[in-house]
Amino acid sequence: MTSRMQTARRVSVAVARKDLRIEWNSKVLLNQVAPFSLVIMIMFAFALDNEGILQRVAPGLLWLATLFSMLVIVQRSFAVETADGALDALRVAGTEPVGIFIGKSLALMVQLFALELMLLAIALVLYTVEPTAMGYAETFATMAVATIGLGFVGTLYGGLGAGARGRETLLPLLLLPAVAPVLIGATRATEAAFGSGGAQSSEGWPWIGLLAVFAGVFGAVGALAFGPMIEE
Amino acid sequence: METVVELSGVVAVLSSFPALAGIDLAVQRGEIVLLHGPNGAGKTSVLRVCAGLLPIERGEGSVMGVNLRTQRESVRERVGLLGHSNGLYLELTVAQNVAFWASAVGASSQEVALAMQQMKIDGRLADIKASQLSAGQRRRCALASLMVRRASLWLLDEPHAGLDTAGQDEFDAILRTAVNSGATVIFASHETQRSRSLATRVIRVEGGLISGGES
Repeated sequence: MTSRMQTARRVSVAVARKDLRIEWNSKVLLNQVAPFSLVIMIMFAFALDNEGILQRVAPGLLWLATLFSMLVIVQRSFAVETADGALDALRVAGTEPVGIFIGKSLALMVQLFALELMLLAIALVLYTVEPTAMGYAETFATMAVATIGLGFVGTLYGGLGAGARGRETLLPLLLLPAVAPVLIGATRATEAAFGSGGAQSSEGWPWIGLLAVFAGVFGAVGALAFGPMIEE
Repeated sequence: METVVELSGVVAVLSSFPALAGIDLAVQRGEIVLLHGPNGAGKTSVLRVCAGLLPIERGEGSVMGVNLRTQRESVRERVGLLGHSNGLYLELTVAQNVAFWASAVGASSQEVALAMQQMKIDGRLADIKASQLSAGQRRRCALASLMVRRASLWLLDEPHAGLDTAGQDEFDAILRTAVNSGATVIFASHETQRSRSLATRVIRVEGGLISGGES
């Protein structure tokens, strides 16, 4: 068991480094996903065009933009695996599936967190939200826990759709309903952090707790299900 | 001689179609075995059974002593299967691709350097992205990845596909080197003229059965 755990840890580190290196080489996050997110945030601002409303709905817009951008990152994360049969090669090589799952999740989390930091900065400027010091702490805690959950669920559903025909359209259909609890929890927690609509900072922590439970459940389910899923 | 592959009356099913209908096959260490036969004969299925990817429905099979009926997933880390695709990350350089496989299996940087040197992908090619390589160079990069994975049974499906004559010559030399280092090779190919000169044994597969063999 210890040997399997060591192997899984080695594989997860290798896969995470490999995915981040691919991003570093290709700059897709920087050159395509980040501008896409920026455009979404600006379009929201144009569509609502009212400072009061924007301040009120800024947390929801922030997380919606995150989810839409996540779809692109997850698609990309598994497109590189299937382009030349690399995922098959990983499977054939008998690499621990849980290691692949954790590695890909970690790489996704790093990319998502970087993106969320950028989106937060844009929200502060475009939507003129002004969190307190405690609000910032709560925002970063929300981002950290929600990112872990999104990383696990994104990798799980990305793997599910990787071998499917029409995966580009299948992934949003499968993934968006699954991440609805994160959207709700993260939006409520961020509303409390931003003080949107008179919400109190203390109201956010139970939602952050719920996000942590969600992350734990999807981490456990993904670790168990990812192997049989890519085997199919 | 050590028996590396032993299949006895193996039946394997692909989408309710019997891809293998009772194959008997024994391969000894150090052999280079060519499987040839028409399309859909079951050549690729033999390779996939040996790689632990296709379950055995009936019969018995073992690879390097590992029972394919009960532990087929355990055999995977000891075999290398190279199919029609190369399993490379196209956005990574040659060196990064090989290094990834090395880090996934815990191989040393010396093993990486040796594999890249043997496959002649060190030097100038090492820093080129896999997407910019020729078909032959990609094949060599994939083989270097197999080498750092320390595969002792190489299963190759149409390994000469996409290679020019010089590339095919190089590839054959690489296989002979691998066999001299203790590996065993089973490969499926349509290019029987070239493949026969490489193989130490030729086996004909037809209708999911071994229909003939020659040494």
